Amino acid sequence: MDPATEPIKAVKLRHPIRTALAVVILLLVVLFVWDAATREAYQWPLVGQYLLDRRISQAALITLALTIFAMVLAIVMGLLLAVMRLSDNPVLKAVSWAYLWLFRGTPVYVQLVFWGLLGTIYRSVSVGVPFTDIEFFTVSPFEAIDLFWLAVLGLAFNEAAYMAEIVRGGILSVPRGQDEAARALGMSWRQTMLRIVVPQSMRVIIPPTGNEVISMLKTTSLVTALGFSLELYARTRAISAQIYATVPLLIVASIWYLLVTSILMVGQHYLEKYYGRGVAPQRAPETDPVETGSVATVAGTPETGDSNTVPPPKREHQ
Amino acid sequence: MTDVPMVHADHIVKSYGTHEVLKDISVTVKRGEVACLIGPSGSGKSTFLRCINHLEAINGGRLSVDGDLIGYRQRGDKLYEMSPSEVSKQRADIGMVFQSFNLFPHMTVLENIIEAPTRVKGIKKADAVATAYELLERVGLAHKAKVYPAHLSGGQQQRIAIARALAMSPKLMLFDEPTSALDPELVGEVLDVMKGLAESGMTMIVVTHEIGFAREVGDSLFFMDGGVIVESGDPRDVLNNPKHQRTQSFLSKVL
Ligand SMILES: Nc1ncnc2c1ncn2[C@@H]1O[C@H](COP(=O)(O)OP(=O)(O)OP(=O)(O)O)[C@@H](O)[C@H]1O
Ligand SMILES: [Mg+2]
Repeated sequence: MDPATEPIKAVKLRHPIRTALAVVILLLVVLFVWDAATREAYQWPLVGQYLLDRRISQAALITLALTIFAMVLAIVMGLLLAVMRLSDNPVLKAVSWAYLWLFRGTPVYVQLVFWGLLGTIYRSVSVGVPFTDIEFFTVSPFEAIDLFWLAVLGLAFNEAAYMAEIVRGGILSVPRGQDEAARALGMSWRQTMLRIVVPQSMRVIIPPTGNEVISMLKTTSLVTALGFSLELYARTRAISAQIYATVPLLIVASIWYLLVTSILMVGQHYLEKYYGRGVAPQRAPETDPVETGSVATVAGTPETGDSNTVPPPKREHQ
Repeated sequence: MTDVPMVHADHIVKSYGTHEVLKDISVTVKRGEVACLIGPSGSGKSTFLRCINHLEAINGGRLSVDGDLIGYRQRGDKLYEMSPSEVSKQRADIGMVFQSFNLFPHMTVLENIIEAPTRVKGIKKADAVATAYELLERVGLAHKAKVYPAHLSGGQQQRIAIARALAMSPKLMLFDEPTSALDPELVGEVLDVMKGLAESGMTMIVVTHEIGFAREVGDSLFFMDGGVIVESGDPRDVLNNPKHQRTQSFLSKVL
């Protein structure tokens, strides 16, 4: 065999500082765990007792549902707002800008309190001709809405403003040539957006959106502001008030939050992989270009049927 | 009908703000002709091509393809802007190939080619796929149908881009420096495809620095500089005996 293709056998480089650091950290963790395990205030038996309590697991499920519904709505709204912001239509642009100004400029907690008060502020809404007595019908729009859905709306409207910026960044990251190529093929603006630009922007949109989902999961703990009390945090607080034990139930809530976050992170990983397709070569480029004709390399790339395949893919250049 | 030129540009003016990029451009390209457009950087070659399929709107003059005004409709002596969907319909008949290929990276080669025929023209998927394979055969890349563009060399990507444009059965093909982004050894494969296309009777406007291609394949040659056509005529005449001093100095640099 050619000496260049022989696998390298070398003594591994040592990292003494890394090893020392790991030992120190491990020691600290062990100490902390040991202390925590024996410390009265944590009331571990109670943690064990309530961790799998039906009320709490149900509340975790409700928290997850709030997160998912609010995020889905926020993503759709954010996409709309971003596209409006990037359109040529000055009216749509202004509306989108004003929305962002309002919802990013006020705390989500304050917004949620407002959502809770909507029912009192708009006790009834009459539809008719303004400045006359003519009235078609009167409704109480917020009375009928379940608190759960009100919470979803409150969370989604706030989040949409942030999603709009993320989506806008993603859309702007797609090279102009893509849009041009699509339009030159006769595709409409809508088709160009939906089929060409938005799918490509996903690669840029998904990582920050994953962060937003996780952040949303935690923001759901604020929805007590509008009177909804069936999600995880409110539920555990209620139980701890009943049994006069705060710390163990906080631990229970944290464990559930961590569990759900971990599940969401796995989902994010697979989404990122899916939308990364076609960007980086799925098979890592072999160290030698095919042109070298070395037997090992050709055998290593069975799909390469064409000898003029040049490995480094040319990225877009305008 | 056949004596209507494929492209008729009549005193075209195009400006960006106060910057006049095209000043009074008149070009006629007959059916089946290959017109080559050369000129220094910034002379407005790309802008002119982009006006032909209305990626840019012209500010003055008249531009028609196959007898139809592009982007406008004339009633009496008044011009009316076309709606976006009408403009899209016109673009669907005009193929365009870019310097940077602009293949859709999230789609396989086959998906790239059938996207517009199925979505824009409403052709059945099975038919579009069959056509796509014929075109891939024609550009010599049938075995790459299921591959993503990132796995292809620049030359292969550009051949796919040509196939993608041809899948719309255009009556006119515009090429904007199709080989300028390619490594020298890959230029030939793309020019060969274009030569084949010219021989099949396609009307083409080619912006290029490949003087050899212009000489061999071109039916007419336009030399552009500073937004005007300085000199035009049979490529062999213009290239061998450029009359204008600006043409001479440009050619002395590229040849
Ligand atoms: N969107 C735009 N806005 C403003 N100016 C532009 C725009 N596009 C092009 N220009 C200007 O128009 C002029 C002509 O550009 P164009 O791209 O048509 O030149 P070109 O002949 O194709 O040059 P190259 O050989 O570099 O591609 C240049 O001065 C350029 O700066
Ligand atoms: Mg150009």
